[in-house]
Amino acid sequence: MSATSTTILNLPDQSTATLPKKNYINNEHGLLSWLLTGDHKRIAILYLISITFFFFIGGAFAGLIRLELLTPQPDLVASDTYNKFFTMHGIIMIFLFLVPSVPATLGNFLIPIMLGAKDLAFPKINLLSWYLYMAGGTFTLAALVLGGVDTGWTFTTPLSTHYLNTHVITAATAIFIAGFSSIFTGLNFIVTIHRMRAPGMTWFRMPLFVWSNYAASILMVLGTPVLAIAIVLVALERTFGIGVFDPTKGGDPLLFQHLFWFYSHPAVYIMILPGMGVISEVISTFSRKRVFGYTAVAFSSVAIALFGFFVWEHHMFIMGVSNYSALVFSLLTMLVAVPSAIKIFNWAFTLQQGSITFETPMLYAFGFMGLFTIGGLTGVFLGSLGMDIHLTETYFIVAHFHFVMVGGMLMAFLAGIHFWWPKMTGRMYPESLSKLAAVITFIGFNLTFLPQFILGYLGMPRRYHAYPPEYQVLNVLSTAGATVLGVGYLLPMLYLAWSLKYGAIAGNNPWQATGLEWQIQSPPLTENFIEIPIVDHEAYDYEWLEHKTKHEVTTVG
Amino acid sequence: MHISPVLWQFLVKWLNASALFPREASTIAPYADALYFFLLLMTVVGVILVGALLFGFSVMYRKEKHPVATQIEGSTLLEATWTIIPLGIFLVVFVWGALLYFRIYNPPTNAMNIYVVGKQWMWKAEHPGGQHEINALHVPIGKPVQLTMISQDVFHSFSIPDFRVKREVIPGRYTTVWFQATEPGTYHIFCTQYCGTNHSQMIGEVTALSPEDYQKWTQESTSGMSLAQNGERLFASMGCNSCHSGSAAARGPNLAGVYGSKLQLAGGSEVLVNDAYLRDAILNPSQHVTAGYAPIMPTYQGQISEEGLIDLVEYVKTLQTNYRVQQTLTTSQSDQAAPTTPGMVKP
Repeated sequence: MSATSTTILNLPDQSTATLPKKNYINNEHGLLSWLLTGDHKRIAILYLISITFFFFIGGAFAGLIRLELLTPQPDLVASDTYNKFFTMHGIIMIFLFLVPSVPATLGNFLIPIMLGAKDLAFPKINLLSWYLYMAGGTFTLAALVLGGVDTGWTFTTPLSTHYLNTHVITAATAIFIAGFSSIFTGLNFIVTIHRMRAPGMTWFRMPLFVWSNYAASILMVLGTPVLAIAIVLVALERTFGIGVFDPTKGGDPLLFQHLFWFYSHPAVYIMILPGMGVISEVISTFSRKRVFGYTAVAFSSVAIALFGFFVWEHHMFIMGVSNYSALVFSLLTMLVAVPSAIKIFNWAFTLQQGSITFETPMLYAFGFMGLFTIGGLTGVFLGSLGMDIHLTETYFIVAHFHFVMVGGMLMAFLAGIHFWWPKMTGRMYPESLSKLAAVITFIGFNLTFLPQFILGYLGMPRRYHAYPPEYQVLNVLSTAGATVLGVGYLLPMLYLAWSLKYGAIAGNNPWQATGLEWQIQSPPLTENFIEIPIVDHEAYDYEWLEHKTKHEVTTVG
Repeated sequence: MHISPVLWQFLVKWLNASALFPREASTIAPYADALYFFLLLMTVVGVILVGALLFGFSVMYRKEKHPVATQIEGSTLLEATWTIIPLGIFLVVFVWGALLYFRIYNPPTNAMNIYVVGKQWMWKAEHPGGQHEINALHVPIGKPVQLTMISQDVFHSFSIPDFRVKREVIPGRYTTVWFQATEPGTYHIFCTQYCGTNHSQMIGEVTALSPEDYQKWTQESTSGMSLAQNGERLFASMGCNSCHSGSAAARGPNLAGVYGSKLQLAGGSEVLVNDAYLRDAILNPSQHVTAGYAPIMPTYQGQISEEGLIDLVEYVKTLQTNYRVQQTLTTSQSDQAAPTTPGMVKP
């Protein structure tokens, strides 16, 4: 048995030393062939490039914020400028990076292939989604170039409607448009997953990556319209003074908070669920094991999505909501923490009895699990009513959601990018350099955000341009960490670009993974499959793979 | 908590000295910290557990040591375990947190009231005795203090980290928070809700004084007029007394005794008359017509500042209870003590 396994892992590369002659990248030539493409893989690449671009703009703002906070005095920039920095950082990172990152890049690329389909259900709507995303991005950049906006990414009224002279409407338009991009992507995924599965691909044979994107898509389709409504109301209130949020006209300023968080809390799950899908794939592949309790993990995604809609008021515990509604929302918040705990333990036990290797995606996945555990458990602090009073609106919040979003989501994104890079480009990234980057990222991340938990309990409020001097030591540590973290993010950018030309040829299935995407050539053909496959095995069936590799002579491309 | 008080004190002192922990300066703070330490313990144990599982399995089942994976379907028993145990812990946290929340947000009935108006970018405190402060708040230790707060423009949030209390300050509605300071000293007041350009400059200092020092302070910083007296003046100058004269033939209802009572409205509904109701009845009278009266009161929207409204509400309060006596007691050295209302009943 042991001998068989070794031969499988050391199988000679069947795709020889060159990339397949025909693939989705060289199928057509010229810029226009990319800008007018209906191929989900090309659209995924368009997204990947644009998302990376916005990530580095958002990251630059993060750097400026940390630099300002190096000293207690407001000495680097004026306070309005600082406010614009954190607003742009928030808007770009959330709406233009975290929300679309995994679904629009990896999801777009992989979901049809994982299901055995030739494309998404609506290829043209998929392309439209990207154009909407880019239009949203353009409006964001316009708001930035015209002089910025300083509402914070939460657009709190009446500050955003009555008290600011910055480019609120431009930024609101950006979010409105980008929102439709996410609605269309979600819609496309839902229809594709329902209608385009290959014969034999039952719901419970789908990879968990598809399940988690499915759950996130439900949230996108149901939640994002509410954000759109809230944003339109802000624009109307600002332009015509209609008064829905204005108490002097009989409006309710808390109404905005309800509408906004009705979307923005589920949005957290829109961001994290697809990332969790990546982790399931990576952990399974590198421990060569079926995901422990597949059904529980699949259903926990759906449970998170459903519960996620009923916890928004936990952002408002100190806002004078009724004590009893606060009780209900706190209880629901505790319940939503449970499926996340289930996932963590299921992943951990997937390793048990496995045959584990530690490639870069696995390192990022381990990083994810550690950081997401901290992020999740510190969320319980905030869901707990009495504790929330002291912690909310401080750096504890900042640290908590960066642990979930950056420590969790971004780690998962990097795990996914490294994992599927050979499939997307046909080439390997340099292994030791990428491992170094993963370690640097992990260290930098902890150094940046752990001190912020302490700052938060000490009481340092968030969105502060200047702060009392006793908080300086921890802020200096945090800024130092951010520098290390920055290096950790720049490295993959450089070596991945390098690998496009100089990376080793990857072959079809460098990780010996079971997914359908690994059974076709790298990079895939435009139509993915020459013949639609018939699926006769479960998602993580390594025995099937072993059998297949032994008895089949694959000649693809 | 089941930790020895001596050990607890030692722990807290040590943490304070290490500057990684805020001072405990209110009666609430020890309760909040106890929950915090529990949650911290939960997190540390959780992270160590996950870390140990990852590390342990990685060592035991690494490929060199365990070349062939054994496929395992799952285990209902194990999965039930890690569903039920976290659920149990989270429910404990929920109940604990809820108890703390009710403790922090339900003021004791004997709390003294101070008004706070938030505006871009300052905190204005108004003591019943007429003392006004900006970005400062003087309170006595050992006595519960309730803050009734409102914002004049955007959302603000009033936070005193060393007291572990915080509450959003909202335009158009009163919110309250209370605390009882335990240690004399000065503590930060932060605005924690982003409120525009000078958000980070909207900070102040709360000074907790011994009762004697507090009395000295009220004496030295009085403006001479209590809030209720200011309200009384305003009441007259805005012409309110021409309708709310208190006589049987008046066009408006008699306000004596109205504060704290249940009021029958023209629509048939009943409301409890409190600060928020009075404020709203002055600004939107057509929404709150008392049964038996014509809807003729004009709106005072835009004519009275939040401070003016506070004064009026305080004046209406004095028309009923012994509240005024209480506040005269706190500011007994004020040389213009408010005149007492005839027919007043001690509760």
